[in-house]
Amino acid sequence: MADEIRSSSGEGSSGGDRPARAPRPGGPGGREGGRKFFRRKKVCKFCVEKIDFIDYKDVRLLAGFVAESGKIVPRRLTGVCTPHQRRLSTAIKQARNIALLPFAGRAS
Amino acid sequence: MNRTYELMFIVRPDMAEEDLEKLISTLEAQVTTSGGTVKSMDKWGKRRLAYAVRGFYDGLFVLLIAEGGGDLIHELERRLRVTEPVIKFQTVRVDLAQKRLAKIKAIKDAKKKTPPPAPSPAETGSEPAAAAAAV
Repeated sequence: MADEIRSSSGEGSSGGDRPARAPRPGGPGGREGGRKFFRRKKVCKFCVEKIDFIDYKDVRLLAGFVAESGKIVPRRLTGVCTPHQRRLSTAIKQARNIALLPFAGRAS
Repeated sequence: MNRTYELMFIVRPDMAEEDLEKLISTLEAQVTTSGGTVKSMDKWGKRRLAYAVRGFYDGLFVLLIAEGGGDLIHELERRLRVTEPVIKFQTVRVDLAQKRLAKIKAIKDAKKKTPPPAPSPAETGSEPAAAAAAV
């Protein structure tokens, strides 16, 4: 009975065929409050450039992963892979200790 | 006995050059007395600090890379703590990371010299092709 109703409304030949819609975004985390498009796949900068040793003395490299407030940026925003994020985080904390990076506030 | 340490310390910016040299030579002498070796000593010069340390916004950075046992660093840090012009110091142990890097590099070099033999397409390709043709 349900089939007849559906087919009578003129939706399609084979019973229950929905009209073609845009593919449902299943990419980043499913239900993120209305993200309607695919987030392009971010690559880990360290994996690409084959940087293995993240030095705490390299302030310019580290400053790219630190927010304006001085906080370490999460890896879902920067696309860094987990092992590199851990090493990066350690390097940033070491740099903070020796006053190369601030604990809070803008990096000069 | 073969631990490598990176000791970075910051000296107040109004310290005289010769006093800094004296301090560095004292530390280097201490390293050799404790049975270690100084691998390198690098003066970064005056840099702006990210936050105020003991009221200073600038400092003279010095990086000392030394090899030795654990008690070497105890002694060096004790000296730095009592030295008045030194406002901050940090020691990082780097030999483990360097060992890991060397290992990875060795594996990479070994792989480059003997490239893995590519699977011959004749054997693997023909079977599924034959199976597909049969069906």
